[in-house]
Amino acid sequence: MSIPRQVTRPDHSARSLARGLGWFSVGLGVAQLLAPRQVAGFIGMPGSEGAVRACGLREIATGVGLLLADDPKPWVYGRIGGDALDLAGLGWSIEHGHEPANAAIAAGAVAGITLLDLGCAKGLDAERVPSTEWDYGDRSGFPEAAQNMRGRAEPEFAAARAEPNGYPQQLH
Amino acid sequence: MRALRWHGKHDIRCDNHIPDPSIEDPRDAIVKVSSCAICGSDLHLYDGFMPGMQHGDIMGHEFMGEVMEVGSANKKLKVGDRVVVPFTIVCGECDQCRRGNFSVCERTNRNKDIADKVFGHTTAGLYGYTHLTGGYAGGQAEFVRVPYADVGPVVIPEGLTDEQVLFLGDILPTGWQAAAQCDIQPTDTVAVWGAGPVGQFAVRSAVMMGAEQVICIDNVPERLSMARAGGAVTIDFDDESVLERLAELTQGRGPEKCIDSVGMEAHAARSLDSLYDRAKQALMLETDRPHVLREMIYVCRPAGIISIPGVYGGLIDKIPFGAAMNKGLTFRMGQTHVNRWTDDLLRRIQEGQIDPSFVITHSVGLEQGPEMYKTFRDKHDGCIKVVLKP
Ligand SMILES: NC(=O)c1ccc[n+]([C@@H]2O[C@H](COP(=O)([O-])OP(=O)(O)OC[C@H]3O[C@@H](n4cnc5c(N)ncnc54)[C@H](O)[C@@H]3O)[C@@H](O)[C@H]2O)c1
Ligand SMILES: [Zn+2]
Ligand SMILES: [Zn+2]
Repeated sequence: MSIPRQVTRPDHSARSLARGLGWFSVGLGVAQLLAPRQVAGFIGMPGSEGAVRACGLREIATGVGLLLADDPKPWVYGRIGGDALDLAGLGWSIEHGHEPANAAIAAGAVAGITLLDLGCAKGLDAERVPSTEWDYGDRSGFPEAAQNMRGRAEPEFAAARAEPNGYPQQLH
Repeated sequence: MRALRWHGKHDIRCDNHIPDPSIEDPRDAIVKVSSCAICGSDLHLYDGFMPGMQHGDIMGHEFMGEVMEVGSANKKLKVGDRVVVPFTIVCGECDQCRRGNFSVCERTNRNKDIADKVFGHTTAGLYGYTHLTGGYAGGQAEFVRVPYADVGPVVIPEGLTDEQVLFLGDILPTGWQAAAQCDIQPTDTVAVWGAGPVGQFAVRSAVMMGAEQVICIDNVPERLSMARAGGAVTIDFDDESVLERLAELTQGRGPEKCIDSVGMEAHAARSLDSLYDRAKQALMLETDRPHVLREMIYVCRPAGIISIPGVYGGLIDKIPFGAAMNKGLTFRMGQTHVNRWTDDLLRRIQEGQIDPSFVITHSVGLEQGPEMYKTFRDKHDGCIKVVLKP
């Protein structure tokens, strides 16, 4: 009864997380491209606008990759690499920059996102492992084809009994 | 004796050397369990979502077996009878029992005063299901004390296997009552959320009660294949939009009848509201995740019926009650009044109209119970229903 087969299934929650991360990347990248001075000022590294713009381009590229690719996995690894670079830069700014508190806040945010990236990568990676899928198409529980069982019970009777106080007979 | 006991969230153990139960009241009986099962409701205890469990409580409320001992005042049972024991403990004499509202029996909850405070009124005592419902020792054990055993237990005639009748005590009448509450008309579309064991029986009950179309929604492929075998059209909510597919299948009218056989642990892979519920549940601001309820209220055809066998334990949030009120929906819900249905369903099993054993995918010894909780919860290994043999 019921034959199993080996299948690999997409991990839907990891994939929708990847899409979310893609939009996040694009948003962050656009902000870095359009307002590099504010970003650099906030994290206490004035003068590094060029680096911020480059990060922005990188973010947009990975974001678009995540949103368009059939297989988001390499792009998620790309994000994790980017996270490491960002954390390194922010770490430098916490020690040497003008706004260590802001840089620490930003580093905390990046660390949070990194956790999401790692979780997403783990989920996508596990997709490779085949799982057994069972087909229970032969388990109807009915003596005949299901369409022949349609209406076999008296619906009025059942419905009347489902009423509150719908059990007319004395129990004993 | 041996039994599965709750030691905390995700910690159920098969313990040895538990004292055997004994007759405490002249109406009692002691049953030697031949088969018991793990229910979706047990998962709410396993996952720690239902409050009121205590360290060392014996789990389980779906069980059957042989009567070993009968109290002096029990005129219904005799030693050697084979019985299925409904999960609701009923006295048979209180006003609610006499009206057939068995799951709200007024006398069998030993912790009536707590329940009165929490819910406003007490409900029936239940086996292995928190101290809010009496703290009775459950049926995932070698022996069980069955209180009020001169009322609830269903005596099983010769010629039927355990597997055919075990589910009379819970999930079969639960699916049946869920469909009966829908007052099904021959032109109705009935949509069933959840293709777990309860959903499977709800699908088949709706078919037998003559629904024109039965639709079943889940995201577990093998459960959906089993729902199709029972006569349902299926929607995989990971692959398709539930709202769009339901509209398509009902020419935009929406299903007339909606059944929630999911309950408080609903998953929703890609909606914002489910993230919100998970966060609130984690912060203890909300106890249950009502994603399915919201979806049902939204899609149900105006003047339709929402039937809720799925269990909820406490508070829910952001229910579109305005939609429900203005659409004129009827809500019917509750723990199953098992004894209302057992005679009729036993007859149908005997006549061969339905063989409930189709739902069993795993049958193992009691000692494998703890790992089976995990297998069942995670839907691993094609698991749909687990039967344990003490
Ligand atoms: N009223 C009663 O007397 C009674 C009796 C037995 C069980 N129950 C309750 O019925 C419910 C189901 O029990 P079960 O044994 O079938 O459990 P189960 O956990 O095996 O089934 C639940 C199913 O719902 C599916 N699901 C989760 N989220 C969903 C969503 N958003 N949309 C559609 N499907 C979704 C799951 O994949 C799973 O297959 C539980 O809440 C249980 O406590 C009530
Ligand atoms: Zn149950
Ligand atoms: Zn009663």
